[in-house]
Amino acid sequence: MSKNDWPLWEVFIRSKQGLNHKHVGSLRAADAEMAIENARDVYTRRSEGISIWVIESNNVYASDPSDMDSLFEPSQTKVYRHPTFYVVPDGISHM
Amino acid sequence: MKEHLFEYLLRLGDDSLILGHRVSEWCGHGPILEEDIALTNISLDLIGQATSLLKYAGEVEGKGRDEDQLAFLRLEHDYKNCLLVEQLNGDFGMTIMRQFLFDAYRLPLFEALIHSSDSQLAAIAEKSLKETKYHYRHSAEWVIRLGDGTEESHERIQKAVNSLFKYHVDLFFTNHVDDALLKEGIVPEMKAIHNKWMESVKNVFSEATLEIPSNNWEQSGGRLGRHSEHLGLLLAEMQYMQRAYPNMEW
Repeated sequence: MSKNDWPLWEVFIRSKQGLNHKHVGSLRAADAEMAIENARDVYTRRSEGISIWVIESNNVYASDPSDMDSLFEPSQTKVYRHPTFYVVPDGISHM
Repeated sequence: MKEHLFEYLLRLGDDSLILGHRVSEWCGHGPILEEDIALTNISLDLIGQATSLLKYAGEVEGKGRDEDQLAFLRLEHDYKNCLLVEQLNGDFGMTIMRQFLFDAYRLPLFEALIHSSDSQLAAIAEKSLKETKYHYRHSAEWVIRLGDGTEESHERIQKAVNSLFKYHVDLFFTNHVDDALLKEGIVPEMKAIHNKWMESVKNVFSEATLEIPSNNWEQSGGRLGRHSEHLGLLLAEMQYMQRAYPNMEW
């Protein structure tokens, strides 16, 4: 298809009541309604979801990969931010 | 009554079967990947409906024919589908218009058939209704976008209306079969379905800026087994395997 015709949409699917919508991929569609229909056909035909969100990819503002060092590296040396320095009392499960 | 119900189930089942086969011809040829998948899904829904309907038809007939024998081993004039569904795919606009005119008929029909006094038919209608609601939504949205889209898309889908509209009377054909089943509460009054169809068509066409052709050409006969030349060719392809290798399974 000609790329200059239809915008790209990011698709988010919620698989179960109470879970978050998760990004599953992207597709092209003429407008939001059609994007939902296409997403239904492309991403939920094996009962993957109960709710669909679509967002025009243009509207996603993303972090710049070249900023990776300044954004993410500083936290690597700050292990104390993980709650791993506590002794979990006996009898507490699922921690 | 049994032979009337059998006849009626063939009409429903053959509509699904023949349109399902036609739409399946798009598989791998869709205008875009997303639409290719959508059309294939619709085709699979329709073939699934045909399986349930023809299976039940075989049981009602009571001659030991199953859904495969009914689908693949009848002759052309034994098919009771409407003329609309056997028409060629044409361009995408033609396929969408054929689908829309059909969905707008199937939707109120299944909505009524879920109240059928025949519980098996009511159950099949209920399952099929959910699928049909989506088919209708999909085809109606496309009709609006193509009709109210670019100059070319408008022209093409109006052309599809002009060439397909004459087959609509065939959808609402009734005879003694319907009269008998109506008395038993098995099928709804076709007039009510026709009115709802007309309402949907008018609403969607007005949004799509499309015109209903001013001529009143009509073509019918599908329910009586009188088909256009396209059905024979479709069946030749669809039945090939079962004819060439009788009783083959896979």
